[in-house]
Amino acid sequence: MLRYILRRMLWLIPTLFVVTFLAFCALRIGTDPLASFLKQNPRASLANIKQYKSVNGLNGTIPEQYFHWLRHFVTGNWGRSIKGSTPVWPDLKHAMANTAVLGLFSSGLGIFFGLSIGIIAALRQYSKFDSVSSTGAFVALSIPPYISAIVLQLIFAVYFTRWFNLDHPFLPTSGIYPPGHHGFDLILRVKYMILPGVVVAIQTLAVYSRYMRASLLEVKNSEYMRTARAKGISERRVIFRHALRNALIPVTTFAALDIGAIIGGLVITENIFGYPGMGVFFLKAFNNGDYPQLMPWLVIVAIALILFNLVADVVYAFLDPRIRLA
Amino acid sequence: MTETISPAGDVQLPDDAFDADQAEGLVTSVSPGRMAVRRFRRHKLAVVSLIVFLAIAIIVILAPITTRYGQIERLPAIGNKVGNSPPSWKAWFGTDDLNRDLYSRIIWGGRVSLLIGIAVAVVSSIVGTAVGAIAGLRGGFLDDALMRTTDLFLAFPTLVLLLVLRSMFSSLKWLKWLFGDLNSIRFIVVLLSILTWMGTARIVRGVVLSLKEREFVEASRALGASNSRIIMRHLIPNSIGPIIVSLTLAVVGAIVAESTLAFFGFGIDPVYATSWGGLLSDAKGAVIVGRWWLVVFPCAIFVLTILCVNFIGDGLRDAFDPKQDRSH
Repeated sequence: MLRYILRRMLWLIPTLFVVTFLAFCALRIGTDPLASFLKQNPRASLANIKQYKSVNGLNGTIPEQYFHWLRHFVTGNWGRSIKGSTPVWPDLKHAMANTAVLGLFSSGLGIFFGLSIGIIAALRQYSKFDSVSSTGAFVALSIPPYISAIVLQLIFAVYFTRWFNLDHPFLPTSGIYPPGHHGFDLILRVKYMILPGVVVAIQTLAVYSRYMRASLLEVKNSEYMRTARAKGISERRVIFRHALRNALIPVTTFAALDIGAIIGGLVITENIFGYPGMGVFFLKAFNNGDYPQLMPWLVIVAIALILFNLVADVVYAFLDPRIRLA
Repeated sequence: MTETISPAGDVQLPDDAFDADQAEGLVTSVSPGRMAVRRFRRHKLAVVSLIVFLAIAIIVILAPITTRYGQIERLPAIGNKVGNSPPSWKAWFGTDDLNRDLYSRIIWGGRVSLLIGIAVAVVSSIVGTAVGAIAGLRGGFLDDALMRTTDLFLAFPTLVLLLVLRSMFSSLKWLKWLFGDLNSIRFIVVLLSILTWMGTARIVRGVVLSLKEREFVEASRALGASNSRIIMRHLIPNSIGPIIVSLTLAVVGAIVAESTLAFFGFGIDPVYATSWGGLLSDAKGAVIVGRWWLVVFPCAIFVLTILCVNFIGDGLRDAFDPKQDRSH
């Protein structure tokens, strides 16, 4: 097992190499850092431009520039953003922390309720609950996040406020704290996270309820369930010890993959709610053509995806003794 | 033909279970196509969705008849308001800030969105089927390259990928003949096709991989059939089900992707056309000031359309896959 993990970790290096090189080419073709620099500093003199180019390794062919970037990146010299010239890492760190909080909050909600609904639906297959929840999940999956976001904003932030004559919006629609707020405040933090959290949770809930239902139905129809019942074990024990535990194995690996996707996956929701996470960070950097910020973003997202892919495989092998990793 | 028990619990017989031939005791053979139609008709939501979708499509195609005003036509003042008037008899769904009729704009916008959806789905199905079939049959380098690229593309968040590729393709001057102007309909169609075909290719590849070991392919090869004949005569006709299902999913995918881009201001320039995505992007600004009609109507039509196509796809999947248990 350990050897397997080590080998997969070693594969991470060439994979990242290829991914970052492709991303670097795409970004370098798509955005011109010099143009972005000149947009931010319209009165830059020729000497400034020359200095900027040599500091950021903008001379030479794209592969040369890539290796220049790579050398600095690996040695921890992540540079400064083009807009505002702020160091990249602290901003990125905050964005990551914010996204992780929102992602875990909403995925937690979504997975908990999704699994509960899926389990009930599978245990009562063909009941009213089953057909309503299955259709509901299908409907929820057909609603893109920006639509649920603006509809929720309209109802809870605008019309609730009007109907109850409140002086503040019933639920805030943007940011993580009111403007001018300092320090940590749990209630405010949660209040600001409700709407974006619900938008993400709706989708998660729909996916997991379908997945859990399908997985449990498969287990329910298997031979060992009949054996367990034939041995005279109580129905409750059959469900909890034999059915659920096995049905949760594929769901767990699926969840591991999903958690890896959180870090770069909330771009739409974050931007609608002005939630200062990785998604907002990306779109801002992209709009400014700010490649010193974009490249580390991509590397971190890629690492998260690949690592959690590995976690999913390992968890699967750990939970299911039939799987042998080699 | 077996009866299935619907979720409600009552036993349903196929509509034409007792046709004249069977009553006379003759055995009739049912073609796979007709069986698929029967299975589709048993998926009630899919049938309803097909009807609703066709209704939407007809209204949208007949836009010159079904609309009341032009897409960018400004109405005269309604009451004493010029712009942003709520729904009334003069403008059923209200008007936007330039006093344009939202009802007519939704129908005109539907033309653009459905055009994009169908164009992308057709292009990517053709390309995806061709590449997927060849990769599945031949294996080797092409197969590896296809699978690795698809893995890479599927892993990243779609919006990020779309934006990066969009900026890259718009900067490559020598691709101008293919993409046309940035912010034009053509650009969006080509961009989305480039991302979408890989999904279809993957599905077709999977089907081909399992089909190519079957006896009839071997027999055909023994008779001296070339690869292209095997693909055209055996592999593609036998994988038509998954291809059609992925085509419907591609329609949804393209419509949603286009409106996502539009929502964030990377969509079609209103100079060319306004799609549903453009209307949704306008809706964004109408939320805080509480102009509910600008939010509710475009969102409702948009979601209704996507839902219909998704249900149709679900019905088709059941229809083309006789082995699959109808479990919902």
